[in-house]
Amino acid sequence: MDKRKIGTLAAVAALALAACSGGGGGGGSKGEVEIWSSLPRQGSSKGQTDTIVNAINMALAEKNNTAGGYTIKYSDKDDSTAAAGKWDEATEIKNANDAVADDKLVAYIGTFNSGAAKLSIPILCGKGMVMVSPANTYPGLTKAGKGEADEPDKYYPNGCTRNYFRVVAADDLQGLAGAKWAAKLGAKNVYVLDDTELYGKGIADVFNKEAPGQGLTVLGRDGIDGKATDYKALAEKIKATNPDLVYFGGITQNNAGQLWRDLRDAMPSVKLMGPDGILEDAWIQAAGEAAEGTYITFGGLPADKLTGKGADFVKNYNAKYPNNPPQAYTAYGYEAAGTVLAAIEKAAATNPADTAALRAAVLKAVAETKDYEGALGKWSFNQEGDTSLTAMSGNVVKDGKFVFDSVVE
Amino acid sequence: MEELVKALTIGVTNGLIIALIAIGYTLVYGILELINFAHADVFMLGTAFTYFATELIVRGLGIPASSTLALVVTLMALPIIMLMTATINASIERLAYRPLRNAPRLAPLISAIGMSFVLQNIGLLLLGPSQKAVEPVLPRTDLVFFPSGAAWFGVDEIIVLGVTVPLLLALRWFVANTRQGKAMRATAQDREASGLMGIDVNRTISLTFLIAGGLAGAAGLVVALYYGQTFFQYGLQFGLLSFTAAVMGGIGNLTGATLGGLFVGIVAAMSDRFIEAKWTSVIVFSLLILVLIFRPTGLLAEQASERA
Repeated sequence: MDKRKIGTLAAVAALALAACSGGGGGGGSKGEVEIWSSLPRQGSSKGQTDTIVNAINMALAEKNNTAGGYTIKYSDKDDSTAAAGKWDEATEIKNANDAVADDKLVAYIGTFNSGAAKLSIPILCGKGMVMVSPANTYPGLTKAGKGEADEPDKYYPNGCTRNYFRVVAADDLQGLAGAKWAAKLGAKNVYVLDDTELYGKGIADVFNKEAPGQGLTVLGRDGIDGKATDYKALAEKIKATNPDLVYFGGITQNNAGQLWRDLRDAMPSVKLMGPDGILEDAWIQAAGEAAEGTYITFGGLPADKLTGKGADFVKNYNAKYPNNPPQAYTAYGYEAAGTVLAAIEKAAATNPADTAALRAAVLKAVAETKDYEGALGKWSFNQEGDTSLTAMSGNVVKDGKFVFDSVVE
Repeated sequence: MEELVKALTIGVTNGLIIALIAIGYTLVYGILELINFAHADVFMLGTAFTYFATELIVRGLGIPASSTLALVVTLMALPIIMLMTATINASIERLAYRPLRNAPRLAPLISAIGMSFVLQNIGLLLLGPSQKAVEPVLPRTDLVFFPSGAAWFGVDEIIVLGVTVPLLLALRWFVANTRQGKAMRATAQDREASGLMGIDVNRTISLTFLIAGGLAGAAGLVVALYYGQTFFQYGLQFGLLSFTAAVMGGIGNLTGATLGGLFVGIVAAMSDRFIEAKWTSVIVFSLLILVLIFRPTGLLAEQASERA
């Protein structure tokens, strides 16, 4: 929190300087508008969301906290509870309802978890509030035929204009990348597990569906209870089918660490693979030495593989937050904030009469984002609100650290 | 057949750990008719203390985690960890339950839930929000093999049994055969009359909490080493299963809690192994409901004269 305050202070100071020098833009002449982020700020996701909030603050500071003549006030909302240690349904719904009630708000950055997005998209959609997620990867939020039958229309009720966008590629691509990588690693027989949540089951379903096409045989499919005390008997069951590789779709917070220990104990030489839900330091802490050698896919490139503006971002970030290095989604937080600011600038040029008109114009501008040149490269949003970027990376755990292995396409 | 025996072994090992925690619920219920909701969180602190002990041994003293010495030193820490959790449990009784002993029965129940949250937050402060891996001081070497060559059980299972079984037996012996055990049984039967007969009721209740807390600490050590993790929400995860075990066995009954623990452990392992892991909780709790429909007082009905 202190860091955020310092960030805000620095931004305010920069703003004051800009005002003194009388330089272009004339910060804040059109009044103040707000943007919010809604991320799990407690529990084990905190490490990662700290870096995302830092990145959003950086994107704002670079624009002197202004866009198109508006002063931008940013609030860092929390959608988790300390007791749950992860995102919480009631808290995310409250954030979305508060957002709808706030007349100055023009954009909502979030959420971190796909299950949370499912709840807030329809609430925000009713008011035409744009929502840009740095990290949701569940396909059904935007794509038809990739999730449940009534998806994605049920998230945009009463024919409201599609208000949801994400700067990260969805899991239908990541699940496929996982299957391709598994085949490339020489696996023949795989066992597929998930944590029975929207994100985890979604990506495991994709992997399961794509595996046969990559020459893999799926030996079995199970869902785990994230609150169970151990998975020893389950590991025995999997061992009996004699797989080369076990794939788990899920997140750290659903006991992925314990699962890894029990799988590793039962099968010391099997390959273990997971998606970006476990691509965070908290998972390595939980799994300990069982994490070694795990293959992890990610719907983009890791921070140190970014080029151009992305490399600049990482450099500036490391200079500003030397004690809190970027994690998988840090650059995506920067990109989400950058997209929103660019859209506000574009919307301001249409001289909207009031905040409601500005909000509608921002939504339209985000939807029209085309050939945006940001930290992730040059990309556009398609009709469904998905990014045009499709590069996936494969990471391997070595000596307790995630190491980039290869680009999986 | 081997698969069945292997799953049974996992179930018995897990079951004995659950039993060790369940005994604490049952002991306290027997004597105060109070569900000590904070009990599983005392156990969670036991796993946390073990985590810090192994960190100290491996990082502080520089003993390699995989060495026998590290394991021996960790096991030597067992009495200290038990003493710490025992003291915490007895202090909770002194602070949160004793002042409410003559209050309506709901009052101590609420203060027990409050204590549970207090301990959880202490755990959160000590351990941080995510699961922490414990140094692998417990070797995973397989010792006994099936005729087909597949591993049956190893050093880790033997050590779990080596800690849990003697403790469970010692407790039985203590309650049945010692003067203090007799005082506990008498207090459980009729607190007022025991007081009149010259039994120091407060001391006996404190002793009960000490024993329950000590067993929770031992379970904490076993879990931290055997499952290899510690987590501030372990109280919730293990508490639910152990409480179920205590109720299934007949709360207040020591043998019942052990049986209940084994029952829950074996059913969960069998379900994970032969049915589907996501149905395990459904199966365990459905069986609990069935048991309670046909035997409302649990597998071994609590008998006032036997409880302690």
